[in-house]
Amino acid sequence: MRPLRPRRRHPLAALAVLLVGLVVTGGAYAAISAPQGAQAVSAQSFAVDLGRKLYLQGCSTCHGLSAEGTTDGPTLIGVGAAAVDFQVSTGRMPLQSGGVQAPRKPRAYDETQVDQLAAYVASLGPGPAIPSAEQLDLSDANLQEGGELFRTNCASCHNFVGQGGALTRGKYAPDLAGVSSRTMYEAMLTGPQSMPVFSDTSLTPEQKRAIIAFVQNVQEEPNPGGFGLGRVGPVSEGLVTWTVGLGLIIAAAVWIAVKPS
Amino acid sequence: MSDRPAEGGAHALQPEEHGQRLGQPHGQPQGQRATQGDQHEAYEPPETVTDPAQQGLIDDPHEEAPRRIVEGEHSHGPRQTDVDPRAAKRAERQVAALFAVSALATVGFVLAYVFIDLDSLDSLVWSNRLLGVMLALSLFCIGAGAIHWAKKLMADDEYVQSRHELRSTPEEREDFVDSFRRGTDDSGFTRRSLIRRSLIGAMALLPINAVILLWDLAEEKPGGPGGLRETLWAPGVPIVAAVTHAQVRPEDLAIGALVNAEPENLEELPEGPPRLNALANSAIILVRMEPAEIRTQQGAGWDYQGILAFSKICTHVGCPTSLYEQETHHLLCPCHQSTYDLADSARVVFGPAARSLPQLAITVDEGGYLVARQGFQALVGPSTWEVP
Repeated sequence: MRPLRPRRRHPLAALAVLLVGLVVTGGAYAAISAPQGAQAVSAQSFAVDLGRKLYLQGCSTCHGLSAEGTTDGPTLIGVGAAAVDFQVSTGRMPLQSGGVQAPRKPRAYDETQVDQLAAYVASLGPGPAIPSAEQLDLSDANLQEGGELFRTNCASCHNFVGQGGALTRGKYAPDLAGVSSRTMYEAMLTGPQSMPVFSDTSLTPEQKRAIIAFVQNVQEEPNPGGFGLGRVGPVSEGLVTWTVGLGLIIAAAVWIAVKPS
Repeated sequence: MSDRPAEGGAHALQPEEHGQRLGQPHGQPQGQRATQGDQHEAYEPPETVTDPAQQGLIDDPHEEAPRRIVEGEHSHGPRQTDVDPRAAKRAERQVAALFAVSALATVGFVLAYVFIDLDSLDSLVWSNRLLGVMLALSLFCIGAGAIHWAKKLMADDEYVQSRHELRSTPEEREDFVDSFRRGTDDSGFTRRSLIRRSLIGAMALLPINAVILLWDLAEEKPGGPGGLRETLWAPGVPIVAAVTHAQVRPEDLAIGALVNAEPENLEELPEGPPRLNALANSAIILVRMEPAEIRTQQGAGWDYQGILAFSKICTHVGCPTSLYEQETHHLLCPCHQSTYDLADSARVVFGPAARSLPQLAITVDEGGYLVARQGFQALVGPSTWEVP
């Protein structure tokens, strides 16, 4: 024991013990629990990195090099992954040309790339996340409540069965036919463009699911026939009445009145 | 009376000439009126008009082969079916074919009605389509056949029937004055002043009945709720979300949020018309924007941390308006496109509405829920004569 004593009292002995202890406990912890976490963390940061590269290439011109926003586009700090997923996976972003509203079009990025972009933007500040599969499980959704909520909160713009309709100055509420439940959920959550925000506190996830279930349910309703004329209400019906209907009547009047040859 | 109806006009004709044929058919000398009997006579080729330019009938005196258009006469050449018997025969067959199509369509209508079972939505759609098409064909083809018949085959002559004089004859007029005088004398209306004055007095008071009956429609009915403009909002009335009737906290509303809301005391009213009528003017919308984005409000500090409450009833004709565009803070009414700028006291920026949407001053109660600070200060609902 004697020979050890001086070393034990060595000024660095405590540090050595501390280091050994840390390495052992840290190593043990890492051996037990770290592998997945570490991989996940690195995969996450990897996705953020790739997302950042995609962002700099495709989005930074309008939204700024660090997503702070420019005169051409709003800041993306704090918009959350859900907003990115909504805008990019429906093809609304990247914007092709200026205009009153970004239209739905074929997407420019595949699903992995959208996730990477979303991961990058989510890393900039807290915002709504992409809804999980559980959040989108419509199996126990209340259709009746969904219908009532839809007619109160959504139908004024999107029409009674989600057909969409006109807003001011060329803007419009899009048709909801064929829109995925994830996209609808994200739209309510983030309030893209003209649409107001319906956060989880004002419409609970359950109510959102009920609304989505209602919208998808009415799409499956059988068509009773007739000319729907887009089913967007009096605008298209009036147009057809004034042009086609009156046109036919005028044509008949001209035919009746014209001198026979 | 002119011997040229073209210039004399129809009004110059005397009543006994009703039914006079005008429009010289096919080349009879002008001024010589045809009689009723000629219309079935064989066609005669038109004579050349001697000098149409002199008569002011055509613009260009050098125009070749002038058309025989005489103002007031509508004179025109023969039809194909007048000169070509084969064309007439063809037209006859076409007319008959149209009538036959109509008859077949009627049969088809009956068949479609009898034989299509309405056992599925598809068959209902087909039934509607067939019934509609058959009915349209059977009606349209009769009309079209009749027109085609008239245009191609019926006698191509034009008639004028002048209308009788509107003024009554002097005898009738004198007669009327006489009987009126006799009535006045016989009734003694001028003589018996007591009766006359009491009658005038009674008639003058009569409209009061109607005023009393319409009294109840007055908006500001004194005492008791139920006036059209009286809403349920009062100091401290909690704001609840529509449908769910859940009270609303400020933190429930994100920036850009829209909540369709109503007063909590709406639930105290009996279900049915009383509640619906109250909702019809008490419905509001809550929106939240960055407080810095609010340019003006209808009252100082009527928002709560950027949350603004407005009546949902358009001031134009009272449609519920909640097409809120959160980027521009514009609220659009779907009925007539009135647009309000909610960041600027709900000023009308477009459309027929004449005044801003009334704003509701809000605050929070001790529980942290949004409540009305006071009732509406401006009248809610559509504009009228008193509330332009």
